Amino acid sequence: MYSALYQLLYSTLETLLNIPFWLFGSHVPHWLVFIHVSLILGGVCMMGFITVLALFSVWAERKVSAYMQARLGPMEVGKYHGWLQTAADAIKLLLKEDIVPAGSDKFLFLAAPVLVFSGSMISYVVIPFGPHLKIADLDLGVFYILATSALVVVGVIAAGWSSYNKWSIYGGMRAASQYISYEIPTALHLLPAVLMAGSLNMSQIADSQAYYLGDPSQPFYKDFSILNWAVWPWINPFATVSFILYFIASLAETQRTPFDLAESESELVAGSHTEYSGIRWSFFFLAEYADMFVVSALGTVLFLGGWHGLPLIPPVLEFLLKALFLMFVMMWLRWTLPRLRVDQLTYVCWKVLLPFGFVTILGSGLWQLYLVRTPAGWVAGTVLMAVLLLAMSRIWKSEPVPRDGEMTAAAASA
Amino acid sequence: MSQPDLAANSADLTMPAVKAHKHDCAVIDELKMRFGDTAFTEQSSSDAIPTLWVGRGILLDVLRFVKTGINRPYRMLYDLFAIDERLRNHRDGQPSADFTVVYHLLSFDRNSDLRLKVALEGEYPSLPSCVGIWQSASWCEREAWDMFGITFEGHPHLRRLLMPSTWIGHPLRKEHPARATESGPFQLPDEKQDAEQEALLFRPEDWGMKRVSESSDFMFLNLGPQHPGTHGVLRVILQLDGEEIVDCVPEIGFHHRGAEKMGERQSWHSFIPYTDRIDYLGGVMNNLPYVMAVEQLAGIEVPERAEVIRIMMCELFRIASHLVWYGTFAQDIGVLSPVFYTFNDRERIFDIVRAVCGGRMHPSWFRIGGVAHDLPAGWDKMVLDFVQHLPPRILEWDKMVMRNRLFKARTVGVGAYTLEEAIDWGVTGPGLRACGLDWDFRKQRPYSGYDRFDFDIPVASNGDAYDRGAIRIAEMLQSIRIIEQCARNMPAGSYKSDHPLTTPPLKERTMYDIETLINHFLGVSWGPVIPPGESFYGIEATKGNNGYYLISDGGTMAYRLHIRTPSFRHMQMLPLMARGRTVADVLAILGSIDFVLADIDR
Repeated sequence: MYSALYQLLYSTLETLLNIPFWLFGSHVPHWLVFIHVSLILGGVCMMGFITVLALFSVWAERKVSAYMQARLGPMEVGKYHGWLQTAADAIKLLLKEDIVPAGSDKFLFLAAPVLVFSGSMISYVVIPFGPHLKIADLDLGVFYILATSALVVVGVIAAGWSSYNKWSIYGGMRAASQYISYEIPTALHLLPAVLMAGSLNMSQIADSQAYYLGDPSQPFYKDFSILNWAVWPWINPFATVSFILYFIASLAETQRTPFDLAESESELVAGSHTEYSGIRWSFFFLAEYADMFVVSALGTVLFLGGWHGLPLIPPVLEFLLKALFLMFVMMWLRWTLPRLRVDQLTYVCWKVLLPFGFVTILGSGLWQLYLVRTPAGWVAGTVLMAVLLLAMSRIWKSEPVPRDGEMTAAAASA
Repeated sequence: MSQPDLAANSADLTMPAVKAHKHDCAVIDELKMRFGDTAFTEQSSSDAIPTLWVGRGILLDVLRFVKTGINRPYRMLYDLFAIDERLRNHRDGQPSADFTVVYHLLSFDRNSDLRLKVALEGEYPSLPSCVGIWQSASWCEREAWDMFGITFEGHPHLRRLLMPSTWIGHPLRKEHPARATESGPFQLPDEKQDAEQEALLFRPEDWGMKRVSESSDFMFLNLGPQHPGTHGVLRVILQLDGEEIVDCVPEIGFHHRGAEKMGERQSWHSFIPYTDRIDYLGGVMNNLPYVMAVEQLAGIEVPERAEVIRIMMCELFRIASHLVWYGTFAQDIGVLSPVFYTFNDRERIFDIVRAVCGGRMHPSWFRIGGVAHDLPAGWDKMVLDFVQHLPPRILEWDKMVMRNRLFKARTVGVGAYTLEEAIDWGVTGPGLRACGLDWDFRKQRPYSGYDRFDFDIPVASNGDAYDRGAIRIAEMLQSIRIIEQCARNMPAGSYKSDHPLTTPPLKERTMYDIETLINHFLGVSWGPVIPPGESFYGIEATKGNNGYYLISDGGTMAYRLHIRTPSFRHMQMLPLMARGRTVADVLAILGSIDFVLADIDR
């Protein structure tokens, strides 16, 4: 049945793409095909996907936070657990007055949300949602995502600068320094997975983690490669560490707690988008959730086998489930953890994530050479993983002055 | 933190309670030895605090002597305020004065207070500033200037503190109108509007700050008055070099409602609801120092049951206040969830408060001579259920917040001050105990029968944001112990004194004899007439020491009512705690000092 659904989706897309050929026969101009394909796939499908995703994940975030906080969250709109709440919110945002503050740099102020949003949207071009469901199969896919996500920085700085508001510029500057410095550990911690797959092509990386039981030449095979994901320590323990650290770095990349300094509401009001309202503000909001999905998808493809691994679930669904699970973890952390201070943020980046990045790259390279998928590797990987986790927790403990003893003793004596 | 042993509670309510704290009067002789017999005039007051009138000329020498020269010195300037004496009739034995400035000092070594008064003559008198001796005098003197027009010579920055800079007149002077109807119609002509607008422009020089240093141009950032992290209308002007705070100036007064002026226009009884709104998270805890000061003045003995009911309600409100603090403090650091947990349990407290008092946040439930009603049927089950419910919850939040490494990284060592600084700046309450001083009025000067309860005073040592927080959390567990003892040992008897000045008086005998009827009629229609005198009562409130200084001129209203609030002093310390730190730290510090704007501005 799943494959039938998949076929249906596939043939619908194919039909849509064939429209110019029906109209003009084989003499269809190349530019028309180009525009048509990019509009259908890039524009309509991706915009639609991102919007639905954002609407869903904003609703999910509100529900997750509500259940964590002993509340119900939205319950009214749409009858069933307020599932239409975010749609209603979106309509409200669309209808709000568009306010451009006096004294702002108008052009930049208007351009900034577009820059931020397009920065995260064009990353979707290379994300493989399934074995055949991707817009572009770039050989430099991973590199492309890293490059495009840097575009967000420009938009954030532009927003902070053009708003003519000190809180905005503080938020913008914080965000810029944070994005730029966390680009490095993010990239470094992706490299072990790239090394293991031997490719920067997203689909190839995902396929490299597949382990087929059936005939992989069949279009809708199902594999059982859950134990073969790059994340497992018995495959390569350095990649396990990398995955955890990549996830932490990606929290900073998407400005999520505990790294949400740029829009920390108790400090900077709302950071770089303090002055934005209505539809322009919703672009920032949309971009935030779109970004969360991008980094989750990247983590899924590089470390969690992409669409491979879980039996009996169609590939696209499996991919979405994994990415959404990572997004859920992000939400979970957001409603649990406190926020770091600026100096602690840079400390974590340069003194924790970065050195570990070099170690994991070197380590996983050597591992690939000598130990990968050998019985010795399986045992050693598990052991080494434990050692590394221990080391990590020690580093974390040596972080600014934790003094359990004194105060707890004082409180206990009370 | 380990859970205190709640089973080991033994309130001994058969023991007679300490009725009044004995202050050390030996200081009068010590001062007379040093400055001569004629230098001082003694005055008696109903609170038994040794009170001396000092000449304007030797004031600073005396203050310096009692702070540093004397054995077991008076190290804290507990309060400083002024009195407009011009319309006062009952000043028996006091030197003649148009205005009086009062210095209320506190000695921790003696566990005793000392009140020094300076008589001032003239319409707009002046006297030397004591900022050089206590830095904490700065805001107090500014307030006295703001409210009375008394000049403090040598004050570095004598500007208005609570009133807007364009205000005309000094509100607490007797000739200043107390009501809008007395001050004529309000007009805002163009030139006045322009002047008001002009006064709003920010000039760093006005606040004692420079625009540039040798190496950098400073950035000035307005934190507030509308800001999600300031817990109310507080404005903090930050002078920034990058993210680092060079200096900061808290601007207060946005929440000023003239509570002290209102006290001069409300009957002794009808002022009680105003007290609720001073520390608006403390509820009936605010009524307590006020009604006790009035009772002290009137000589009313409160029945035992009323005392225990008062303690129980106060401790419930202490927990309620600390719960709000806990949630918002965590939120300031970025933990967004605990605020919902703590507000949830605060609602449970309000369920009890509603059953007992009929109100929630501001029940105004204490009365002169007792409380408003007796406890309702079934109150003890509600209270005991809550006592069972809360401690495990607090320990659970402890795991999420206080033991969280990131949380510690944000709060440990942040906004620390030493014990000396704390005393010098007039810090009381959890902020003082976080520096290692075991000082709590409930233990040191037991009031309302606190000495008969079994509880401990949590103390920490580092004086930073984390320790201030940890103290409050430990305090909640101690309050639970007190509440449980109250509930298990509630004495029988009347909830209100049978003293004729009790307001409203007990009604049982009104229809049987004419004296009771007349007293009842006058007490309810005029309000009680409190005998002339002066009285101060300070208690350990939610945020520190809250006290009321009352002067009765033998009328139905206070002649002067001064409120000593803890948050006022704590906020004054903010620059000391924030200098050299980042903007994020300021929010952590603001969260950790647990202030309420109404408590600062009154």
